[in-house]
Amino acid sequence: MNTGIKAKHQRLVLVVIALVALIGAGLLAAWALRSQANYFYVPSEMAENPPEVGQAVRLGGMVEQGSIKTMADGVTIAFVVGDGKARRPVRYAGIVPALFVEGSGVVAEGRLDGSGIFVADNLLAKHDENYVPRELKDMTEAQAQAAVAETR
Amino acid sequence: MIAEFGLAALWLAAALAGLQLFAGIVTLRGGEGLAGLTRPLAILQGVLTALSFAALMLLFIRTDLSVKLVVANSHSAKPFIFKLAGTWGNHEGSMLLWVAVMAGMGALIALLERRLPERTILATLATQAFVGLGFYAFLLFSSNPFERLPRPAAEGMGLNPLLQDIGLAFHPPTLYLGYVGLSVAFSFAVGALLTGQVGPTFAKVMRPWVLGAWIFLTIGIAAGSYWAYYELGWGGWWFWDPVENASLMPWLAGTALLHSVSVLAARDALRAWTVMLGVVAFSMSMVGTFLVRSGILTSVHAFAVDPERGSFILVLLAIYIGGALTLFALKAGSIAEGERFSATSREGALVFNNVMLSALLGIVLLGTLYPLLTEAFGVKVSVGPPYFNPVGAIFAVPMLVVMAIGPLLRWRRDRVARVRGPIIAGGLLFVALLVGLLVWRPFGVLPLIGLALSVVLMIASLLPLRGRNLLRLPLAVWGMVVAHFGLGLCLFGMAADSALTVEKLAAARVGEVTEVGPWQVRLDAVEPVAGPNWAALEGRLSARYRNGKAIAVAPQARSFWTPPQQTSESALLTRWNGQLYAVLGDETDDGRWQLRLWWKPFVTCIWYGGLLVALGGLLALIGRVATDLRRRAALGKIASRKDELAKVRGA
Repeated sequence: MNTGIKAKHQRLVLVVIALVALIGAGLLAAWALRSQANYFYVPSEMAENPPEVGQAVRLGGMVEQGSIKTMADGVTIAFVVGDGKARRPVRYAGIVPALFVEGSGVVAEGRLDGSGIFVADNLLAKHDENYVPRELKDMTEAQAQAAVAETR
Repeated sequence: MIAEFGLAALWLAAALAGLQLFAGIVTLRGGEGLAGLTRPLAILQGVLTALSFAALMLLFIRTDLSVKLVVANSHSAKPFIFKLAGTWGNHEGSMLLWVAVMAGMGALIALLERRLPERTILATLATQAFVGLGFYAFLLFSSNPFERLPRPAAEGMGLNPLLQDIGLAFHPPTLYLGYVGLSVAFSFAVGALLTGQVGPTFAKVMRPWVLGAWIFLTIGIAAGSYWAYYELGWGGWWFWDPVENASLMPWLAGTALLHSVSVLAARDALRAWTVMLGVVAFSMSMVGTFLVRSGILTSVHAFAVDPERGSFILVLLAIYIGGALTLFALKAGSIAEGERFSATSREGALVFNNVMLSALLGIVLLGTLYPLLTEAFGVKVSVGPPYFNPVGAIFAVPMLVVMAIGPLLRWRRDRVARVRGPIIAGGLLFVALLVGLLVWRPFGVLPLIGLALSVVLMIASLLPLRGRNLLRLPLAVWGMVVAHFGLGLCLFGMAADSALTVEKLAAARVGEVTEVGPWQVRLDAVEPVAGPNWAALEGRLSARYRNGKAIAVAPQARSFWTPPQQTSESALLTRWNGQLYAVLGDETDDGRWQLRLWWKPFVTCIWYGGLLVALGGLLALIGRVATDLRRRAALGKIASRKDELAKVRGA
């Protein structure tokens, strides 16, 4: 490369290599984003058009009154998330966030199992008045009142 | 009076920035009258913003309840250190810190930098002032930290308990020094574009500034990661959260810049590319600020949501990034082509790494912006580890492999045959490690590659020391070796954590023993304890490692009353080979306590590695500055001798 090639050509070669790598990265990212992005559902959407079993998604809604039950092992809890139109049973093993209570909003990260139960790896609840999961914030304005009224 | 003084200092500083910009423009257009004014203006501006920031700190220390910001974010019963650190634990205060760092950097350039032609320095300082002006306007018109209340409040509302941690004293200031310190690279790049002074001298001048900012950025990211790790109680140390990505993107660009500026300094190649990276690095800092501060994302970092602020920062972004890129497009053609080099050379390896780092930057940027784009079309998605980890690895692994080989190559031109030995040995070691690990137990693909590669990297990073006199080795080379070793160690920690972590979730009665990995953990008692502004339930655990001596561990579930909020304080037990991580949960109906325990082998290597990377940067910085001082001293001596000689002759 050093011998015989004019300076201009080396600059061109470098630019082309950089562009090819960056465009490659962009295309790869675009493809991966379409297949790996983690979609957000509310229970009625999940009932109409359920994600594949085992696909990582998020489920957001209101925790139904009287639905939180602790299993015999003391660490697994079962509860129902509703949005006023549909309900979805959820199971979660772990320590729940401090503000996770019945009648308030929650976003669960996890996947559907074969029997239609949503198995959560992680629960996002309201941390404090400043930190609300984005999906939850929109919901509390639009859907929450109706949802709470119906699940009460 | 303190608030009014702080505000007045800020207004005055903004006016000086305007004057500094004006003086720069006049001088660049050929006027001479104001040239001498620029440096004093920059220094004065730095002093004024520092005073303004000190005023805000004083207000927080005294908990002045007539100031809106203090009332909203502080409380008289808060411990002193959090009153102090609470100064930047909110939107307005952190933006004031941003402006203070920005002006401080300008002042330092004005004070210290004498190696470049004066015109380039003036153009640089004018750019620094121009960027600063936008943020002064943002602060003064939409986020005034000194706003008074019509009537003083009786008590403050307190600071978010998640932020009431010693991490608040370290993470934001170091991160900001790095983040905003990169503005110097931006200003130098624009200054050099304006005056057409892109060359080795420019690179040598820019390098220590970039290094300094990059060191702080590295420390800031490592500190933030460790803070999130122990404070959130989820056992994770990186969540690919947009605000984390916002700090990673300038780091990736800064790392690329650091290496390309070295090529420019040593070999006078990669001129346009280096200037471009200087612009991109600080642009990423500004994009990060937009993401974090605009309220477009919700996180513990987005203190207050205010759409007006978001649009304001967006306009600033468009002006500065758009302006710099336009300038680059107009002027790039006039930058003369640098020296040539062969593909197999130190430069070739560094170019490869630069391209890979840029690709990684693109991947992170797209992954961070994608949810915002889809939301504009009404589809809500979140992008997490299933995207970032594998896609990032596709570019990170080749980059790391070349990082191991590159330092062994010679500048300008080299033959692969000359480094064949180390490459084959490294390759064999890598394969042997893969096989050995797979025989030991099954692994996921990424942790497996990570573990094997990290060991090879750590060994390979020491190879540049081979056959050199260690006592006479330049500090900059030591810096490179330490930083590359640190990156290997960091990767080892990440891979070990994701491959070997053992998690146990249990509901334990008092007196019951829970096993997690090699640990036996006994719940001795759960007792109430009280702090200055919180009360807590504390789990008294005694942990034994392989039936050894019992060590006390005490995780807490804290309830703060200002503001009323609960946090869980995890407890960590550190051994040389890993950490035991314990979280106390709720009491169950039948009187058991929820415990979440992790045994995380070698997880601390992540942060030790990060600190080594920063230490490597520091060694290189000291080495470069010392060399420069020696050279200046020598030049000074030569000049004074010439003077004497001239005098003698003249006489």
